[in-house]
Parts: sequence; C-alpha cells; structure tokens
Amino acid sequence: MAEIRAEMVANVWKVVAAQGDSVADGDTLVILESMKMEIPVLAEGAGTVTQLAVSEGDVIQEGDLIAVIE
Amino acid sequence: MPESVVIANRGEIARRVGRTARRLGIRVIAVYSEADAGLPFVAEADEAVPIGPAPARESYLNADAILAAAARTGAEAVHPGYGFLAENASFAQRVIDAGLTWIGPSPHAIEQMGDKIKSRNLMAAHGIPVAHGTADPVLDADEAVRHAAAIGYPVMIKAAAGGGGIGMTIAADEDGLRTGFQTARSRAERFFGDAAILIERYVTAARHVEVQILGLADGRVIALGERDCSAQRRHQKLAEETPSPGVDPALRERMLAAAVKAGEAVGYRGAGTVECLVDGGTGAFVFLEMNTRLQVEHPVTELVTGIDLVEQQFLIADGAPVSFDPAAVSPAGHALELRVYAEDPVRFLPSPGTITRWQEPSGDGIRVDAGYSEGNVVTPHYDPLLAKLVVYAPDRPQALERARAAVEAFVVTGPKTNLPFHADLLRSADFVSGNYDTSVVSRLRP
Repeated sequence: MAEIRAEMVANVWKVVAAQGDSVADGDTLVILESMKMEIPVLAEGAGTVTQLAVSEGDVIQEGDLIAVIE
Repeated sequence: MPESVVIANRGEIARRVGRTARRLGIRVIAVYSEADAGLPFVAEADEAVPIGPAPARESYLNADAILAAAARTGAEAVHPGYGFLAENASFAQRVIDAGLTWIGPSPHAIEQMGDKIKSRNLMAAHGIPVAHGTADPVLDADEAVRHAAAIGYPVMIKAAAGGGGIGMTIAADEDGLRTGFQTARSRAERFFGDAAILIERYVTAARHVEVQILGLADGRVIALGERDCSAQRRHQKLAEETPSPGVDPALRERMLAAAVKAGEAVGYRGAGTVECLVDGGTGAFVFLEMNTRLQVEHPVTELVTGIDLVEQQFLIADGAPVSFDPAAVSPAGHALELRVYAEDPVRFLPSPGTITRWQEPSGDGIRVDAGYSEGNVVTPHYDPLLAKLVVYAPDRPQALERARAAVEAFVVTGPKTNLPFHADLLRSADFVSGNYDTSVVSRLRP
C-alpha cells in the first residue's frame, strides 16, 4: 500500500483518477496548483486507487493525504 | 501630478511603486487581499483597503472592488504594476471613465498589443521582423499540424492572450504538437479566458532580449537600452542583465530602432517593453511581443541609466515632460537582476510557508526590491516572487562578483528559495562567459 501525500500547500485543480481505477507507475492522479504552477501528483508504483482523499477546489496542506494505492 | 494613487497590485511591485509615489508627494493607497494583510506593502501605504478573499479573481482581478476602493478613498489615479489587471484594456477604460488618471498606455494600445496574433500582424505590417507563423487563430489540432508542416518544426504553441510563459509549449513533431495544442488551449481558456492559439517557428539557441521604451507626452517614442532575459525556466525569467553580452553596438542600434517603430505604430505613451528573440549565430532578431506596462526587470535599466521609470510613468500620465533629457541618455556600467523565488532550487517546485528569517544583503551597488520580510507568510495563491536582488557595477565581471557576494549574504529561512540556484548560475561557465542562450538553465539543471 502506498500513501500519496502533498509535498506543499496547494489548491486541488483537477482530480484525474477515480477511486477503483487501476493505475500504472507514473500515472497522473491529481493536478495541484500552487503559485500559478500546475503540479501533477503521480502514482508511485502500479495498483488500484483505493482512496482519493481530495476533491477539486480543496486547499491542502503539506503532508495531507491525497490518495492511497494498493 | 495626482494627489493620490491606488496601487492595484501586491508584493514587491506595489511596494516599489509606492516608494516613488511617496517621493513625489503622492498619497499611496494600497489594496490587498485577505491573504496579504500582513505584508510590507500594506503597512507602508498611507491608506490600505481590503478588496476581497485570497484568490486573485476575487481580489486583485476584481475590477469592481478596486474601483470602489478608489472611489471611497478619493484617489485620483490608478497604477496597475505588472500582471493582474495591468494589461486589461477594459479595466484601463473603466479607470479613465471614472475620471481617474490611468498610469499606463491607452486602452487602445493595450488592446492592440495584448493579443499576440494582432500584435504580430501589426508589427509585420510596419516592417518589423516576426517569426514565421500563423496570421490567424489556429482552431484545432489538425489545422495546427497543417500550419506546422509549412512552418517547419520545432514550433512554439502560444496562447494569443497569454503572458508569463503560461500556455506556451514547444513541439518537436506532430505528436508533440497534438498534445501541446490541447494543453495550450486548456490553459489559455483557464488563465486568460481566451482559447485563441497561434503557432510560430521556434528559434532554438536564441537569446531573449527586450528593449525598454518610453512613449513621451509629446508623442515621441524613445528607447532606453536592452535587457537580456535568456536565463529562464518554464519560459519564465530567472535573471536579467543589461547591457546584453550578446548584443553588439550595430545590433543594438537596429533593435532599438525597431522597438521605437513598434511603439510609434500604436501611438504608445508611457513605459513599455518590446521583447525579441535574437539568433546568436546570425544576429537576426524577431519580434516576440510587447508588454504594455512596467516590466518586472525594469530596475536593471534604472541602475545603468539613473532614470526612475515609475517617476516617468507618473509624469507622462500627467502630460508632463520626463525628468531627464531624452536626447542625452547614455547607459553606463552593468546591472544584473536575480529573481528570488519561493521554490526549491533543484526542481523549481513551489515552496510556500512562513518566513522565519529574512536578512537582505546591502552595500554599494546592491538594491533589493522585496515583497516580504521576516514573519510573513508566503501563500500558494500568487506567483513565487519574494524579492528581486539587483546589483550594479562598472563592468560585467565586477557585477557578477558583487552578485555572488550578495546571494551569499541573502538569508531566507522557512520557504525554500532558489538562492542556491543563483549561486550556481553565477559560477557556471556558460553564464560567466556571457555566451549563453535560453537553454542555459536547463543545461545547469538537466
């Protein structure tokens, strides 16, 4: 199981993956926006997205859970 | 001169415009979002008006709130800084219609130059060289591919309404073009509310050189020298210098003459910048775009000319002559600006946070235009520019030496900053030699 957490304070611009999706290593899960920059959050390893903890428009803090891949 | 001015901006530029306004005896009215209440530009203003929540579209892009603040405080003028509403022709018109002085060019000039397709066509019509590209908006990916085949790869895909490098993508082949076209379109729509796209031949190994112009109140347009802005990441500038090490006197003369012609083509008044790409090998240059406002990197021009550009903006808007003799401008020495961003110095990813320590370098030939100080919070809502470190010296080697010492002495803790990157840049063989182009940063950080 891999927990993907936010590296910085950001706004959630786009949620690309959905709960239950099979993803490959490097697939884009979510796109964050911080300081006028888009930052893709990628799957670290293949698996199934068992949890997506953010929605579009959310403001997330450093360390916040974004997704769980099993 | 107006008695008072609303500065419709934030951070370092709001503070920098405020400094000159105060020196000229103009009352400074700041407007600020909820996120910025604790920043120096608010504290230093004579009056400060909250205009809305943190997101820019609800505050710094909220024309109604800014005009209401101006009305409530009895302001006589509006200075837009750069970014936000600075190149919004309808905002400029609303300021004028409200009976206020707009510290900027006419809405007509903004409109003509704001659209990259229109401005390209206008420049070409006036005999100014432009890159091989499309004269009309490109509507879909298939059309883009047809144009690119005629233009030749690599091509640059650009949002017609774009700025700050947002919505710009380079494509080396058809696959890249199809993907890049969709990305550029979605960003253009999201950031600028306008999906029009143009495609231009991408000049590799080029220098990005721009010319500062001033359209005087009497109708003359003059050029105040160039700035080299080739040190970029993600098409955003990191360091700028003047004079450009890649521009010789003959090329300078041609570029300045073209920039003056560009300004004259739109009856330009006030401070503006004509951006060009220069092919280092041949010395050929092409028009990229014109920025109808004060530029972030304007201080390097101020340091080599001794001219306060913000003062000239106020004078020109007032219909007055500039404070210097336009026929006797002779830049001397060398100036270099380093943009200090809240981002990690390796991957250049944003790093918001609370500033726990902030200590600026000082001394001969050192100028710091900062938007923040100790204890301030850098939020994710705006661009990552914390400060501009600007150095001046009699020649380039001394300017580089001074910059290295100043970078070393600049202490910021809390958010990560790109200061360690600047230390590397100032020691890299490419940059030190002066013989570099827009790939200098990617070669340093592959």
